[in-house]
Amino acid sequence: MAEVTFLEALRQGLWEEMERDERVFILGEDVGLYGGAFKVTDGFAKRFGESRVIDTPISEAAIVGAAAGAAHMGMRPVAEMQFIDFISCAYDMLTNYVATARYRAGLATPMVVRGPCGGYVRGGPFHSQNPEAAFLHTPGLKIVYPATARDAKGLIKASIRDQDPVLYLEHKWLYRRIKEQLPEGEEVLTPIGEARLAREGKDLSIITYGATVWKALEAAERLEKEDNVSVEVLDLRTLLPMDDAAIIRTVKKTNKVLIVHEDTRTGGIAGEIAARINEQAFEWLDGPIMRVTAHDVPLPYAPTLEDFVLPQTDDIVKAARWLAAY
Amino acid sequence: MDSRAARAASAAPPSAVPATQPTAALPAGGGGALSRDQLLEIYYYLRLTRTLEERLVALYRQSKVIGGLFRSLGQEGESVARAYALERGRHKDVLSPLIRNLGSLLVMGAQPAEILRQYMAKAESPTRGRELNVHFNDLEKGYLGQISHLGDMIPVMAGIALTFKLRGEPRVGLVYIGDGGTSTGTFHEGLNFAAVQRLPLVVIGEYNHWAYSTPPEKQFAVKDLADKAKGYGIPAVTVDGNDVFAVYEATRFAVERARRGKGVHFIEVKTYRRKGHAEHDDQHYVPKSELERWASENDPVDRYVQRLLGADMVAEADLKDIDDRVRVEVDQATDACVDEPLPAPETALPGVYADPPAADKLWFRSV
Repeated sequence: MAEVTFLEALRQGLWEEMERDERVFILGEDVGLYGGAFKVTDGFAKRFGESRVIDTPISEAAIVGAAAGAAHMGMRPVAEMQFIDFISCAYDMLTNYVATARYRAGLATPMVVRGPCGGYVRGGPFHSQNPEAAFLHTPGLKIVYPATARDAKGLIKASIRDQDPVLYLEHKWLYRRIKEQLPEGEEVLTPIGEARLAREGKDLSIITYGATVWKALEAAERLEKEDNVSVEVLDLRTLLPMDDAAIIRTVKKTNKVLIVHEDTRTGGIAGEIAARINEQAFEWLDGPIMRVTAHDVPLPYAPTLEDFVLPQTDDIVKAARWLAAY
Repeated sequence: MDSRAARAASAAPPSAVPATQPTAALPAGGGGALSRDQLLEIYYYLRLTRTLEERLVALYRQSKVIGGLFRSLGQEGESVARAYALERGRHKDVLSPLIRNLGSLLVMGAQPAEILRQYMAKAESPTRGRELNVHFNDLEKGYLGQISHLGDMIPVMAGIALTFKLRGEPRVGLVYIGDGGTSTGTFHEGLNFAAVQRLPLVVIGEYNHWAYSTPPEKQFAVKDLADKAKGYGIPAVTVDGNDVFAVYEATRFAVERARRGKGVHFIEVKTYRRKGHAEHDDQHYVPKSELERWASENDPVDRYVQRLLGADMVAEADLKDIDDRVRVEVDQATDACVDEPLPAPETALPGVYADPPAADKLWFRSV
């Protein structure tokens, strides 16, 4: 076993897939000799050559489009968005071209689009976004969003091997903050579409993903100590397709649900989760399904502002306390 | 003088369409020139394209075509000649046609019945009723259907050409953009990406004078589309799109250059869209005299036939035989599929992902 950061785990996963399968190649901005803005692909160009680690122009639509063309021809491209905020520049290509290709035309498009997302890092409006909700509404795409180092590795490997296009979201606040012992010489694969029970509990369920998994776990500790409330935390890991069975299982167990996400509130994924619970487990609820999310504003830069807008551990504790007493 | 009148007055007579690349002389039979059989084969595809579209018009008027019908009348020459300049067959060159490139599709091996089924949304159509008209593909035969977002196929075809380059395969990609489509961001992003990567890609700019109802002067401020490509360091030529030989020669040159690893090449073809955007469009915005002039003086099929007959390469009887053969083939293709059923409703669900299977029918369909 060796202790690795979230970022190193992701890097290992990419590296192992490049070693395993010569069809895998990387393209993106500054990913080659520079090694990527966050150094995820540091050393890759030296090991695999510049033809498999391709520096591109600042052209997200061209990056995603070219990845799609290569994927049709049997390659396994991994496209990096330098910050996931810029995926909006490739929104058309990903939603209209890539995601529909199998259904409308029988075209296999096995490709990964990955990039750093998320706030809590003073990145301001255009280096902090969580774009998952914009893509959840896209049949044909898969969306994964790991919270642990093990899943960072396991999900990048599973995404590269998947037959369909996968949007892989990696929270930059987790990159070097999260460390975990991972086995050496043993394959780490996380199945796409399966949630993970991050903490067992019996009084209330928090359903979440990404960085807020860690904030929910912190909140759960405090509620256990301070209120004697037992909180279960479900880490979705895959957002599309969503693991309905795991969601319904935890609802039926605790009968109270708090959905937490870092993304803004209106039209966020919490709404979709709430609708599914309503349809599939309405009778099992002992309280309203509640949400803790960011406020509906673009994410501001100043620490005082960002901390106010984003959901914090304190917010989760307060909301869970209220719901537990309901 | 209002802008339409000015436009009509200044519309270049067809004979003055600029051809910066000299029109190829009728091949004499040696070297890479076209043989008599090839010349007749090109005629076959020209005639097949036109006849098949005429059949589609009839089916459209009988309400058997479900959606819009997009004609390539006046553009068949460039569509056929370009595809004909590619290496065709399994795992050879790959082409991505636009809505008015039916001729290219047929040359690449798409079957008339497939086109008819697509337009009529038949269960047995290549996309099983999911997509429209020429939006379908067969990558083994070498064609990749477009999506409606113009420009998107440039980056995608760049990715296909990138694969050829990475694998060291001597294959070439060919992709089309219309005069209107050159205003999109993906066109420019894809062109620049391909240029920087020196990809084996040939990009065809079809200057057919109309983007739906919008004329070039409202679409861009350059004179020629070739000027846009030059801005990315890509060699670009402008050819007479209604001269089959000129298009064939220019494409062949560009394709072989790309195959030798010399990178992207842009060919602008000046041609004319003689029908509306789709069959519903009455073209009231087009000066009638302009349409008549292009039809009477600059029809690509007429010009091609005159060249062949004038050089005594073929006899009128040869062409007549092909006309008859095409008519029979289009009749047979129509008979084979016109009464086929539409897809069963439930077939709409599977195939969004390789795995897992598509969602079940929604609950309100079973209460």
